[in-house]
Amino acid sequence: MKLTLKVWRQKDANDEGRFVEYTAKDISPDMSFLEMLDIVNIDLVKKGETPIVFDHDCREGICGSCGMMINGRAHGPGRGIATCQLHMRSFSDGDEIMIEPWRAAAFPVLKDLMVDRTAFDRIMRSGGYTSAKTGGIPDGNAILVPKPVADEAFDAAACIGCGACVAACPNSSAMLFVAAKVSQLAVLPQGQAERETRVTRMVAQMDEEKFGSCSNTYACEAECPKGISVTHIARLNREFIAAQF
Amino acid sequence: MNPFFSFINSSVGKKLLMSLTGLFLSVFLVEHLAGNLLLLRSDGGQAFNDYAKFMGSNPIVRILEVGLLGFILLHIVNGIRLWLGNRAARSKGYGTYRLDENTTLQSRMMKLSAALVLLFLVVHLRKFWVPARFLGEHDIASIVYYTFQQPFYVVFYLVALFIVGYHLRHGFQSAFQTLGFRTKKYQMLIEFIAVLFWFVVPLGFAVIPIYIYFFAGSPVALVQ
Repeated sequence: MKLTLKVWRQKDANDEGRFVEYTAKDISPDMSFLEMLDIVNIDLVKKGETPIVFDHDCREGICGSCGMMINGRAHGPGRGIATCQLHMRSFSDGDEIMIEPWRAAAFPVLKDLMVDRTAFDRIMRSGGYTSAKTGGIPDGNAILVPKPVADEAFDAAACIGCGACVAACPNSSAMLFVAAKVSQLAVLPQGQAERETRVTRMVAQMDEEKFGSCSNTYACEAECPKGISVTHIARLNREFIAAQF
Repeated sequence: MNPFFSFINSSVGKKLLMSLTGLFLSVFLVEHLAGNLLLLRSDGGQAFNDYAKFMGSNPIVRILEVGLLGFILLHIVNGIRLWLGNRAARSKGYGTYRLDENTTLQSRMMKLSAALVLLFLVVHLRKFWVPARFLGEHDIASIVYYTFQQPFYVVFYLVALFIVGYHLRHGFQSAFQTLGFRTKKYQMLIEFIAVLFWFVVPLGFAVIPIYIYFFAGSPVALVQ
């Protein structure tokens, strides 16, 4: 396959940035999107140019490191995949592909396609934990959790914090991320102690980071590689309102 | 900061305010429609004028009216605040952004439909509410009949009602999501009630100009 790429290139956080056109040659349809970028980068290195910088780590859709806007879609076309799980067979020979970093005031671009997502870490630090007493291992059945509740918590815990929800949202809202992190603990007995302070602090931190508000367009759910449901956002709202009283 | 204000100023709090004011206005539409349907009685507008007189004189209704206007204003001001905050949250836009592949048209058109509804509201209040409250007009039924003899106003109102319905199509169910009621269990129920608000209520309003234009005689003949 031969493709024309329009890639966002930006030297550093202070650089204006611009789209640069590249040609990706000899691309196999079985390659992942990141492997395709690797090929382009090898060419760039050979030519003595700076390779395109992008985040990546596990390349199997579980770490949440990779992520870019591909043809106007977070993690590219298709559902339930991270960028590393996107294969070139999703495109046709001769296609033009626009590649951009996540866009949010809270996610400043560091270089090219790499953005600073530490805002998520600060939100987690503000309340996304349980303070459990460590010590002896509790008995397996000491704390009873019904299966549907465990499933609900686990569905929320599937969030890998990639930031696609923020990138896809017209308001750059982090509600789906925060909702998943609040939800995974709010439904479990272990999360009860900090249930109210958690949601209050995490929403406050989310606002502090200048993420937008939720307009309930549900673009986040559609682009989430883990298919986190917006019903968790409804729970976040419930938890937040309840925590005020 | 006062805990109430920090709650109302939080992103979720602002949305909650949007949702509660929006739902109040939606419920008002039902009352408004019930009153308007009196126009369909062939009594020369008597029943409707009596209703209008009651609405204009009852102290409780007058207080609610001030509340209603306040809620409209709050809905608008708060909506603008949200809009500005959301715009600032994406300091730089995308070269290509295919939001249309993931979201409904009505959800993307909320700001536009809101602006158009406001425009309609200004015309609508000037046409019927201002004469009733401030110009001492008692025969509102005749003004309605006269207005809807004119094709321009019939079309204007039908388009406006379509836009109101369009705004509610996203807004109504969205309010329940914001309140946290939209769980898997209640999703279908909310969608069902939402249809009443975004389809049945605007349709009910639309019946009135259509009926007057096509089936009712001249206002002079109707109002003795």
